[in-house]
Amino acid sequence: MTTENVLGGEAVVTTVDEAEGFFRRLLNKNETIQKTVNWGRQWSFFQYPFVTACCGMEYMATAGPRYDYARFGAELPRFSPRQADLLMVVGTIVHKQAPILRTVYEQMAEPKWVVSFGVCASSGGFYRNYATVQGIDTIIPVDVYIPGCPPRPEAVLDALMMLQNKIKGERRPLLPIVPA
Amino acid sequence: MSKVALDRLLEKYPGEVISSHADHGDETAVLKPAKLAEIALFLRDDPVTSFEMLSDLTGVDLLGLKEPRFEVVIHLYSLTKRHRIRLKVPCLDDENPVVPSVIHVWKASNWMEREAWDLYGIKFDGHPDLRRVLLYPEFEGHPLRKDYPMEKRQPIVPPWPGRQHL
Repeated sequence: MTTENVLGGEAVVTTVDEAEGFFRRLLNKNETIQKTVNWGRQWSFFQYPFVTACCGMEYMATAGPRYDYARFGAELPRFSPRQADLLMVVGTIVHKQAPILRTVYEQMAEPKWVVSFGVCASSGGFYRNYATVQGIDTIIPVDVYIPGCPPRPEAVLDALMMLQNKIKGERRPLLPIVPA
Repeated sequence: MSKVALDRLLEKYPGEVISSHADHGDETAVLKPAKLAEIALFLRDDPVTSFEMLSDLTGVDLLGLKEPRFEVVIHLYSLTKRHRIRLKVPCLDDENPVVPSVIHVWKASNWMEREAWDLYGIKFDGHPDLRRVLLYPEFEGHPLRKDYPMEKRQPIVPPWPGRQHL
């Protein structure tokens, strides 16, 4: 923080770096604040469902009243990646579609997590051919993989809880580190 | 089962049919490619055959099984007569397989011929816009050919740092 002459008067000037550093120090020093932020993140997923195949049925079943992932705070699917922090890749991804998935991932704001839903997204599944991406982790980073063809809703809920546990122990800055 | 359509075709173009069979109503004619467009027009417009509908058009790769290697199979259906016929057209040149397009007879063959070009590399002489329909333009080769390497991948997105395409 520096004092400068601005328009004839004295003013305190804060750079973006200093502002970020302030928040990061606050989080790093204070375990309680970090835990509180993590608690907020883990119970308020805003997912972006990238649904391409039959796994979408199980996704809908999980969203429905019987299994109801709203109990875990994942109440509202957002249909714009800019409003989402959890990317759910539900179904087979082919090479032709890979650029779209990469763009959607890059459009999401930090912090963001990715769930690979079903064997096709996780490894290509039985589509071991020229057309299919052999696991989406070759094009975007993945936090949790759900096996199954398609996975049962219980498996989806288990994955959601695993992701919550992962976020609970995370120590990431409140603001993302943006390269200048 | 009667084989009205096949008999009519044999009666009209005996020199163009290489072989034919009709087991249990499954009427099939193997045709020489040269006059395919003319025969197709005849099969559609003749009152006895009147095949108004093109059910399907696909390619086949018979590498190591048969000579010549590539074949185009056309399935026709008559909505008024309610009978079917299957036409098989071998492509004479293995290196550069070409058959006449039937797009001026049945418009439905447009995307089907593009698909056969995309996946088998069979060219259709007379098609106005023969480019890939399913795969991306950057793709090289024709993946349903039997000599296309099974493990060959052609990703268009570079791998995420630390990962590799399998």
